Amino acid sequence: MIELKKIANEVCKTIIKSLVSAESGHTGGSLGMADIFTAFYFHILKHKPKEPAWPERDRLILSNGHIVPARYSAMAHAGYFSVDELENGLRKFGTIFQGHPDRKFLPSMETTSGPLGCGLGQACGIALGAKMDGKDFYTYCIMSDGEHQEGNLWESVMFAGKYKIDNLIGIIDRNNIQITGRTENVMPLESLRNKYEAFNWNVIEVDGHDFVKFIDAVEMAKISRGKPTVIIAHTIPGKGIKEIENDYKWHGIAPNKEQGERFLLELSSG
Amino acid sequence: MLNRTKHLNPKLFDADVEKKYIRDGFGQGLLFAGEKNRKVVALSADLSDSIRLTQFEERFPERYFEVGVAEQNLATVASGLACYGKIPFMTSFAAFSPGRNWEQIRTTIALNNVPVKMIGSHAGIAVGEDGATHQSLEDIALMRILPNVTVIVPCDYEEAKKAVGEMIEHNKPVYMRFDRSKVPVITTEDSPFKIGKADILWDSSNPVVTIIAIGYLVYNALLCAKELEKEGIQVLVVNNHTVKPMDEELILGVAKRTGAIVTVEDHQIAGGMGSAVAEFLAKTYPVPIEFVGINNKFGQSGSSAELIKHYGLDVESIKKAIVKVIKRNQESY
Repeated sequence: MIELKKIANEVCKTIIKSLVSAESGHTGGSLGMADIFTAFYFHILKHKPKEPAWPERDRLILSNGHIVPARYSAMAHAGYFSVDELENGLRKFGTIFQGHPDRKFLPSMETTSGPLGCGLGQACGIALGAKMDGKDFYTYCIMSDGEHQEGNLWESVMFAGKYKIDNLIGIIDRNNIQITGRTENVMPLESLRNKYEAFNWNVIEVDGHDFVKFIDAVEMAKISRGKPTVIIAHTIPGKGIKEIENDYKWHGIAPNKEQGERFLLELSSG
Repeated sequence: MLNRTKHLNPKLFDADVEKKYIRDGFGQGLLFAGEKNRKVVALSADLSDSIRLTQFEERFPERYFEVGVAEQNLATVASGLACYGKIPFMTSFAAFSPGRNWEQIRTTIALNNVPVKMIGSHAGIAVGEDGATHQSLEDIALMRILPNVTVIVPCDYEEAKKAVGEMIEHNKPVYMRFDRSKVPVITTEDSPFKIGKADILWDSSNPVVTIIAIGYLVYNALLCAKELEKEGIQVLVVNNHTVKPMDEELILGVAKRTGAIVTVEDHQIAGGMGSAVAEFLAKTYPVPIEFVGINNKFGQSGSSAELIKHYGLDVESIKKAIVKVIKRNQESY
């Protein structure tokens, strides 16, 4: 687990470097999810970085596509592509690192995503297809908390409950912020737990920065039968950089060069 | 005269011409497709009876999913199934799909470029009594502007059945729309149907106008051609069932041959099939075009026949458009 922490720290550095180079992008959510993406690509997922289309791979669907720098970064460190290429290529013309995930440019994204509330329905379809064919891989869907304001998402929650899609595991990045403020001020979401339970889901709440607990939660979710599981992962947006932690203003902006250098220094000393 | 090579219904112009629901053709086609290909799955949004999914559901219960009244989820779940490797048919009324869920279709189906087959039933003013809310007059426009998406409007029961068989072999997103009513069966089992290949159903030795029609209105176009023949005006009738990608070779050919065109569709004129024809001809071979369709209006309740007459989709209206386009063509000389 100390190893995962170290890797996550490198993942964060790559996020900062690529955002500085891109001059735009979403910093808060990306840093906040670096631990979880690291846990996925270095421990949880059944995958082959050099054979991304391997049919038996677990499917990781990123619904809130705007935090894709965290995913790109974890994947780069896992060996899908070079770290250098990402740090210089994010959001740039002609690269595979589109501003929001685009599977035409990078098929290992599984789906093209970004417009909120759509990912869970897609994950339901993938998991359902796998169930029909007796495949034993899992489908994971990472969602933001803010996108739970979308009607489409709740239609999918209802659907997964009805069809008891137990090879589907949802992860909510519960960081309490969205672009214009705190979620509970913009449009209150609580109680997320009660809402999911009412739709016949199994719910686990966990500290999204505690690798041991998060991985345990996923293991629990994997053995759960007869219901889909959602893991509400409590995270800190901007994690690792004290001056931006929990600040919603850092949802949708990138650090400039000077800020980037300061942030990298803080990550190196942390 | 009727183009013999198209093997059309020999009783086409009889008073007792056989009438069938186009959606029944879809239902039959889906059943065959399900038998032929195990990857075919069907999704309903609480309209399974209306869209004729019941037989598929009975035969393949494990391949049938009811999403409830939730068209956005209909699209996203279908996208996921296709991402995995299935061939999903997502079905609803055109007013709601693509009406309600256009952004989900854009992002998760068209941009993802996965082979979801989107079925929009009860399209057009001919829906009738349900009124304006349920009369989808915009769906062709909504779907034909999306890259990667093929758009098909079958003219009758037989063609809808064949289109389903063809589209499961077509590894692209497809939108197919049809109307609610029982309409004349124009084609037969022997008639050709190929996605992207329009058909000249009525041919003449010296035609002066081409009527390019889609959907059940192909029948009105044929009736019109027959009446005009008696009056000494020769025309062509094209069944332009694939609105996108359009059969440009055939459209260019008829434009050159007749020098004037009338397009006919149960859809807003703006953005519809006629617009697609005009966009293409404007840059290749500009000829006068008249558009028969809904002219920037919403509908209302009434019988199909009443509405078709009131909104100008009847044989008389097509005739008027033909007379007008001939006049325009003569004036341009």
